[in-house]
Amino acid sequence: MDMHIEVKEKSMLVRLRGEIDLAVTDTLRESLEKELDDNSLIKNLIINLEGVTYIDSSGLGVILGRYRRVSRYGGKVFIVGATAQVKKVLELSGLLNIMQECPSEALALDLAG
Amino acid sequence: MEPVNRMKIEFSSLAANVSFARVAAGAFASQLDFTLNDIEELKVAVSEAVTNSIIHGYQNDPAKIIELSAEIRCETLVLAVEDRGLGIDNIENALQPAYSTDPERMGLGFAFMQSFSDSLDVQSLPGKGTRVIMTRACRKEATPQQGH
Ligand SMILES: Nc1ncnc2c1ncn2[C@@H]1O[C@H](COP(=O)(O)OP(=O)(O)OP(=O)(O)O)[C@@H](O)[C@H]1O
Ligand SMILES: [Mg+2]
Repeated sequence: MDMHIEVKEKSMLVRLRGEIDLAVTDTLRESLEKELDDNSLIKNLIINLEGVTYIDSSGLGVILGRYRRVSRYGGKVFIVGATAQVKKVLELSGLLNIMQECPSEALALDLAG
Repeated sequence: MEPVNRMKIEFSSLAANVSFARVAAGAFASQLDFTLNDIEELKVAVSEAVTNSIIHGYQNDPAKIIELSAEIRCETLVLAVEDRGLGIDNIENALQPAYSTDPERMGLGFAFMQSFSDSLDVQSLPGKGTRVIMTRACRKEATPQQGH
């Protein structure tokens, strides 16, 4: 898995690539938590999954955990670019009912304000 | 009658082996006429079972061993993932979607295994271990035709 984190105004933009399973979830969780701890201005989370070829419940658990954290302070989570396999498990998990799917980062940034 | 085609692998209870297990199962399954989409789903199902053995069955003890086996009979794939770990107290509860004994987890593993197989059988004894058996038939006629 590759991860790129960028903060744009009130939003943390996370670009993920590769396979997200149990082998990488600790690293992913810790990196996201650290950024949220270090930057108290972050309100919303934009997760770009365009380059993600595989995800299962371990990865979805990390996303839900961060959703819980940002939504406590009224923040939102946007999902960008989920491919077919990824989208199927996101849908089955119900996460797409509580997060907003967006066709592009730019639009997500716009909506995040 | 065609001979049964089988495989069996044992590997350490390590997070890195989740992807090893799903790739191995996917490669074995590819001997049937599954679609790429079917294989993707089977890979998720296997990963979920192996992940459960690592984190729940063995509580992340890398010295423990997980067994993955598969069989092809009559165009049907039978997959089994087995650990000799803690076992499950209440299988009925464990199978409920959104049920998890770990507050950090979503309780989706069994739901995915159920969605992505034709049948799911969970055998478990507290203190002895857990065996998860999934079957999936390869139905060529069930795939929608393109271009009609
Ligand atoms: N191999 C196993 N050994 C012991 N307990 C297990 C095993 N597999 C599952 N369980 C128990 O069944 C529960 C439900 O499993 P399931 O995979 O559905 O959810 P989860 O693993 O808790 O969460 P998620 O799969 O979303 O990460 C687990 O929380 C655990 O208590
Ligand atoms: Mg699980």
